Amino acid sequence: MVEVKNLVKRYGDIAAVNNISFTVNDGEILGFLGPNGAGKSTTMNIITGYISSTSGTVTINDAEILKDPKEAKSQIGYLPEIPPLYTDMTVRKYLEFMFSIKKVKLPKKEHIDEVLTITKLGDHQNRIIRNLSKGYKQRVGLAQALLGNPPVLILDEPTVGLDPSQIKEFRTLIKGLGKKHTIIFSSHILSEVSAICDRIVVICNGEVAADTKTNELSSAISGKGILTLEAEGTVSAVTSALKTVTGIRKISVDRQTNNNTFIYNIEHKIENDIRKDVFNAMAKNNMPILGMNEGGMSLEEAYLRLTSGKAIKGGKK
Amino acid sequence: MTAILKKELGSFFTSAVGYVVLAVYYFFAGLFFYYYCLMRSSKDMATLFSNMFMITVLVIPIITMKSFSEEKKQKTDQALLTSPLGLGEIVMGKFLGSTVMFLCCMAIYILFALTLCTYPSGTPDWSVFLGNLLGTILLGSAMIALNVFISSLTESMIISAIIGMCAGLAIFFIDSIANLVSVEWLSTAIASISFVRHYTNFTTGILSVADTVFFLSVIVLFIFLTLRVLEKRRWS
Repeated sequence: MVEVKNLVKRYGDIAAVNNISFTVNDGEILGFLGPNGAGKSTTMNIITGYISSTSGTVTINDAEILKDPKEAKSQIGYLPEIPPLYTDMTVRKYLEFMFSIKKVKLPKKEHIDEVLTITKLGDHQNRIIRNLSKGYKQRVGLAQALLGNPPVLILDEPTVGLDPSQIKEFRTLIKGLGKKHTIIFSSHILSEVSAICDRIVVICNGEVAADTKTNELSSAISGKGILTLEAEGTVSAVTSALKTVTGIRKISVDRQTNNNTFIYNIEHKIENDIRKDVFNAMAKNNMPILGMNEGGMSLEEAYLRLTSGKAIKGGKK
Repeated sequence: MTAILKKELGSFFTSAVGYVVLAVYYFFAGLFFYYYCLMRSSKDMATLFSNMFMITVLVIPIITMKSFSEEKKQKTDQALLTSPLGLGEIVMGKFLGSTVMFLCCMAIYILFALTLCTYPSGTPDWSVFLGNLLGTILLGSAMIALNVFISSLTESMIISAIIGMCAGLAIFFIDSIANLVSVEWLSTAIASISFVRHYTNFTTGILSVADTVFFLSVIVLFIFLTLRVLEKRRWS
């Protein structure tokens, strides 16, 4: 478990990180979102012990990074935004060096072979890192982070600069790693975060703007549930059928898609999942549903709204 | 620490730096050896060592220029500083890596001494030879500690090398600077930190404890300062 408490990092008068607190539970993949300069990398650098905080604490599985740095650091695998590669070494030599400085106790050859297999670098282990493509360099960076099977992985924008197929492969890889490791994953790509992460922490101006489950982000920001419904039938018939469903606050027509087909935005209480009731109500009145989608605000909209200054925590305003 | 030391040594020979340093050092050592020993049929190696003083001072910044500046520039310091290694292990690994590289340069003197044994001029004066060798090793190690410290201050290895060379030249001429100062106590103070003065005692074959302690103190001082620079960077 990673516990960040009241973290502050000041550069002179400027607070790069201002009283950030969050917790990452075991086996969780946490998405770390925020615009450039929000304080993501600074926070990650503090968590990994690369820089020190002005105040606040970071605890990795009961080891505090400032009081017990060796123990805390031995539990972290870190892939910074720019992978820390010695480009004049071969992939294998580099991993052997990293194995040594991480003081890993596992059998050296077997463990490096295992990491090379996970990151699909086996065929490239004797190549000089300098000659590898960006995607493979990123894999080498990930491979060094995996050395020693650390329980916590911290990945700072690991897919930046990769081509679409490499991004897809990398996401699959990280998703797979999430089964064994606690992961903090920062990215600018919202679809990527929503595809990989269980939870999202949005950082803005050095502060936590949101800390919520990925699928609850948009409703958490708006403070209400919005169900988008595409149904056949007159507006009045659909509206009166929907009025029988409990928990609905407001029904509005978004647009007409066909002669007798409309898209409705149904605002409802956040705690109610009204999809089943809506289906039953519409079926009872013999009005076909052509589409239904919970979460009216897209992740992008939610993110933009958040980073423009509205803060929520734990799914509440 | 051993891992850093091995990596440092390896990096000298996976790039041209190690070979260039050895080539330059061996070239000048060979030249002076030929001129002062072989051509004159002399067994006196002290002149060779004293002539190599300047070369040593100029070569060491090349050896150490990459040690911290390149790590910072390439962001590989993140790998070191986020590993369970202590700062002391990192700095000592860097220092010892450069020192071993310098010892590779120094190895040529043993070959020269053995060569002299086969010449009609006779075997060299071993006490003088060992005194010079030890003095140069201590001088070199102190210079390495100073230059590792300089390297920790900048991201540019060129700047690190240039400042290191300037510092080396200042050390070389520190006696002349001391002579120019008219205030006696200041002149004495400057002269007391003269590397040349402390080194000269070794060239006569005398193992001076005071001079040994002086060079060891310089090493400890600059290793400590390097640690403080890295620690400060982490906190600032």
